[in-house]
Amino acid sequence: MFDNFLNLYHGFGIAADPFNILLMVIGILLGVIIGVLPGLGGANGVAILLPLTFSMSPTSAIILLSCIYWGALFGGAITSVLFNIPGEPWSVATTFDGHPMARSGRAGEALTAAFTSSFVGAFFAIIMITLIAPLVAQFALQFGPAEKFAVYFLAFASFVGMSKEPPAKTVVSMMIGFALACVGLDMVTGQLRLTFGFTELLNGFDFLIAVIGLFGIGEILLTMEEGLEFRGKAAKIDPKVVWKTWKTLPRFWVTSLRSCIIGCWMGITPAGATPASFMSYGIAKRVSKNGKNFGNGEIEGVVAPETAAHAAGTSALLPMLALGVPGSPTAAVLLGGLLIWGLQPGPMLFVEQSEFVWGLIASMYLGNVVGLALVLTTVPLFAAILRIPFSIIAPVILVICAIGAYTVNNNVFDVLMMMVFGVLGYLLKKTNYPLAPLVLAIVLGPSAEEAFRQSLLTSGGSVTIFWSNPLVSTIMGLGLLAGLWPLVSLLLAKLRTTPQPA
Amino acid sequence: MEQAHQGAGGGGPKQRAVELGTALLTLLFGFIVVYGSLRVGAGWDGGPQAGFFPFYVGLIIIGCSVLNLVSAYREDPVALFAEYSQLGQVLKVLVPSCIYVALVPALGIYVPSILLIFVFMVWLGKYGIPLSLAVAFGVPIFFYITLERWFLIPLPKGPVEALLGL
Repeated sequence: MFDNFLNLYHGFGIAADPFNILLMVIGILLGVIIGVLPGLGGANGVAILLPLTFSMSPTSAIILLSCIYWGALFGGAITSVLFNIPGEPWSVATTFDGHPMARSGRAGEALTAAFTSSFVGAFFAIIMITLIAPLVAQFALQFGPAEKFAVYFLAFASFVGMSKEPPAKTVVSMMIGFALACVGLDMVTGQLRLTFGFTELLNGFDFLIAVIGLFGIGEILLTMEEGLEFRGKAAKIDPKVVWKTWKTLPRFWVTSLRSCIIGCWMGITPAGATPASFMSYGIAKRVSKNGKNFGNGEIEGVVAPETAAHAAGTSALLPMLALGVPGSPTAAVLLGGLLIWGLQPGPMLFVEQSEFVWGLIASMYLGNVVGLALVLTTVPLFAAILRIPFSIIAPVILVICAIGAYTVNNNVFDVLMMMVFGVLGYLLKKTNYPLAPLVLAIVLGPSAEEAFRQSLLTSGGSVTIFWSNPLVSTIMGLGLLAGLWPLVSLLLAKLRTTPQPA
Repeated sequence: MEQAHQGAGGGGPKQRAVELGTALLTLLFGFIVVYGSLRVGAGWDGGPQAGFFPFYVGLIIIGCSVLNLVSAYREDPVALFAEYSQLGQVLKVLVPSCIYVALVPALGIYVPSILLIFVFMVWLGKYGIPLSLAVAFGVPIFFYITLERWFLIPLPKGPVEALLGL
């Protein structure tokens, strides 16, 4: 335990380097812009900027990219409150009370509350990561291939159990990801598979291209369909408003704490920030004594979803660091970055690259403090960006996506692929197929398959290896429970209603 | 599709039809994956063969696509996927973007980008020529300076750039 604090202290030494602080500021600002613009989000924003970091040291690179992630999380709140347009899916719940507050002239208050609760949620999650991640990593060191596969199984099964989309659609989306991950050269046998003679498919599908297409292009098409009309509220935050709001916030400590816990839980299991924010809002509405007034501009209705969304978004990095299983699409992109920089994510990271890990964790603390200060002071600037009409923004974002897709592998074919993924993203989104499992499956496909094959090799092809010891059985059991949860809850509901015919 | 003669703005393809189509599409994809896996061998040869894992992935896709097909069939046959006017909006972005992407391999990224932004602003945004030209040239020049000069990341170039000696 004490070692960790020593490591963290060293980490602060790395993160507080002036160059790294500068990267934090740039990252947060870029992140907020990305979060504010429709069509650019955390996942594809980071994916587009990933190639720029190839020449940096891994620690600086991850600081820049993770700060973009924090910035995007902050940025989503601005559009929700001022324009009633959620810049990110997890800020949908913030519009419910945030925008009514802005309409009644309390935009400054709503934004201060949103940013501050974001900060609180993130901070809570970082403390949890600091305390728990090393333990999880140490525990995971004894994992063999079967346990590894079981962890992947649990991660994907919880998607099926927790997402609000129909389970069969979640499974299809996930399996498409796994299938795409298989395309190309098979690392074990050296055979080409699923390429059907197309030389362009030799290297398989790069998940960064998929992310840029699915989330970037798909989002632009969706925005276009809805026909964006910006009717924004002006925002000015002066220190007096901030101070006044901060004085009222401690009253909601119960809501904050509850939202933090919901967020952390949903972030670690890859349910993600979006359901966390809705759940937290829903519970706050039911429990709070002002619950009836939720939806009309209640400050507590901003605190609850924002805290949970940030806690979830931040804690999604815990399984990525400790187990190599990202909890969100953006964490998946960061994990892809680790691989590109030559780092192997997973428990060994804490042993072999402890400087990198603790530098990152320290930068999370600093990055969020810097982020809070930055967003509170620069809101008017970002509100102005939002007033740029969509007919200018849209082609520019298209160009940015195309450049981003090209720079991943310096390959023009990828730009075409991006467009295909874009149309696919639009279609899947409109028919309620979740995109996050698809992306996660493309990223984790190779490692999941490797773990699966290795396990079967050791057992000579028998699937009983996944139930061979208490540890792996427990994880698999939890996975089965999570995956079959929709069925279980259906049965429970039936049992509860049948005995008492009303 | 068959309701095209209805008044503009009101009609549109049905959500149910699109759901059915998507499920059929994923079903087809599942079969392709299974077929591709069988081609490289999906069995056991001293260990799992190359197609072993994707084969079962393909089977699951087929199974769940059938489930989706059934639930799509039961869906409300009236609900709209989107109105034709909305789809028109989408096509107004989609068609220029596709042309843009198709031009990139031949012309590099700069010339198509200038064209895309210009056409978009003049046609959809109804902006004046001078402003549109300024943005259309400004954005690619910005990326040229930041990416190629500062970060030394080369972007695809075509005959026009070669002519300019860039």
